[in-house]
Amino acid sequence: MMAICFHGDPIMRYSAFSVFLNALRGNRTWQPAWRSPVPKTHYDVIIIGGGGHGLATAYYLAKEFGITNVAVLEKGYVGSGNVGRNTTIIRSNYLLEGNNPFYELSMKLWEGLEQDFNFNAMVSQRGVLNLYHSDAQRDAYTRRGNAMRLHGVDADLLDRNTVRQMLPFLDFDNARFPIQGALMQKRGGTVRHDAVAWGYARGADMRGVDIIQNCEVTGIRRENGRISGVETSQGFIGCGKLAMAAAGNSTTVADMVDMKLPIESHVLQAFVSEGLKPFIDNVVTFGAGHFYVSQSDKGGLVFGGDIDGYNSYAQRGNLATVEHVAEAGVAMIPALSRVRVLRSWGGIMDMSMDGSPIIDRTPIDNLYLNAGWCYGGFKATPASGFCYAHLIAKNEPHETGRAFRLDRFARGRMIDEKGVGAQPNLH
Amino acid sequence: MASLIACPHCGPRPKEEFTVRGDAGITRPEPDAGADAWHAYVYLRDNPRGRHREHWHHTSGCRRWLIVERDTVTHAIYSAVDAAATGETA
Repeated sequence: MMAICFHGDPIMRYSAFSVFLNALRGNRTWQPAWRSPVPKTHYDVIIIGGGGHGLATAYYLAKEFGITNVAVLEKGYVGSGNVGRNTTIIRSNYLLEGNNPFYELSMKLWEGLEQDFNFNAMVSQRGVLNLYHSDAQRDAYTRRGNAMRLHGVDADLLDRNTVRQMLPFLDFDNARFPIQGALMQKRGGTVRHDAVAWGYARGADMRGVDIIQNCEVTGIRRENGRISGVETSQGFIGCGKLAMAAAGNSTTVADMVDMKLPIESHVLQAFVSEGLKPFIDNVVTFGAGHFYVSQSDKGGLVFGGDIDGYNSYAQRGNLATVEHVAEAGVAMIPALSRVRVLRSWGGIMDMSMDGSPIIDRTPIDNLYLNAGWCYGGFKATPASGFCYAHLIAKNEPHETGRAFRLDRFARGRMIDEKGVGAQPNLH
Repeated sequence: MASLIACPHCGPRPKEEFTVRGDAGITRPEPDAGADAWHAYVYLRDNPRGRHREHWHHTSGCRRWLIVERDTVTHAIYSAVDAAATGETA
């Protein structure tokens, strides 16, 4: 019996049976999901940032590439950054060549993730609908849907009546932006974001990775043109390779090695309403403004809009943006006007110059960069971790992450999904 | 963000009247300055945690370009001056 419920080390493998067994023991024998180790003096790989991407990278480094002498340094606690601050949406409905296969890899990893890391992340493929409001927008969505299908991704163009049957509460006859239909990706949906961080943390820790919380990197030590380690709030830690996954703080870390990035940090707010009875079954996005909404299993509406628009490292936003998001929401779903917002919060986005991320080597030989996720990083977590682990382990980019190069701006190889140019607050 | 920006021409005005452009530390290179200089101008930005100088446009006011110095953590604004007064161009 012990062999079934234990995984070979003190951390228990989760299953219906282990829940039952622990209940019989009065729930006194559950183990912490990961250790709180004292940092070693040296690691093969140090990852700066214990967010979703950093933890996923550590997990895949250990699981797929057999590199287990790894530390993840997190300045706060696991889940305190963007991985616990997003609107939990997953989708792979991208148009462009460099993006589409990458986000589809992520979607495939989401589909197998819970079995893979033995943690209930509440992956819910409830469908993502992007509403369109004009003939031109329908044509653009048709083009995007066709691009997705050519890459083997599911996409359905829905007409007005089909959308009306699914989502009767939308403002179909809005005088300015009547709803004509939607582009739907049925495999898109939501995932419980905290559980993603916890699942990857536990899976990495189980394979020998040290997750060191409350450990802020304050400096990077260089010897003979290579990184030798990092100064931290818990002292110096040496490393063979250093991998940045610091999201909104990427610039702060890059400044430690005098590397200037094509990134600005911006604040994005998200919101959750009071608990309501189930009425929004899918993820729905407004095509006439920036608004996206889904309903959590607790009944709260989880929604968000645009970034505030100015550089910020404060994890809080501005009331003007709150008003703007609320207006867009009510324009899309008039019934929202009487819903009370329970809370709002902000996260710091590493907005890149073309709206697409960077997973690449840097001019310093053993320093790697994972940044520029703008406000689309959550859905990318598994593929980002997988491709970044591949890059760190083999010193070669994974084939689906090849386009996300740091030098693409200098080489004219931008991946500008929105086509707005080098203005980060417009992406 | 602070709620008000003290425009040197119009006085303290709601920040919703203004449009932010970003890093005021970059200057337009000469046409023949070379690819590296142009790459830096178009794509690389100072993105400090703390004091930052930015171009803001008083779009719904005097329509002058300003250089606003503010803190990206506390959102406090230290100063706002007309961009032409500093002699800097973007």
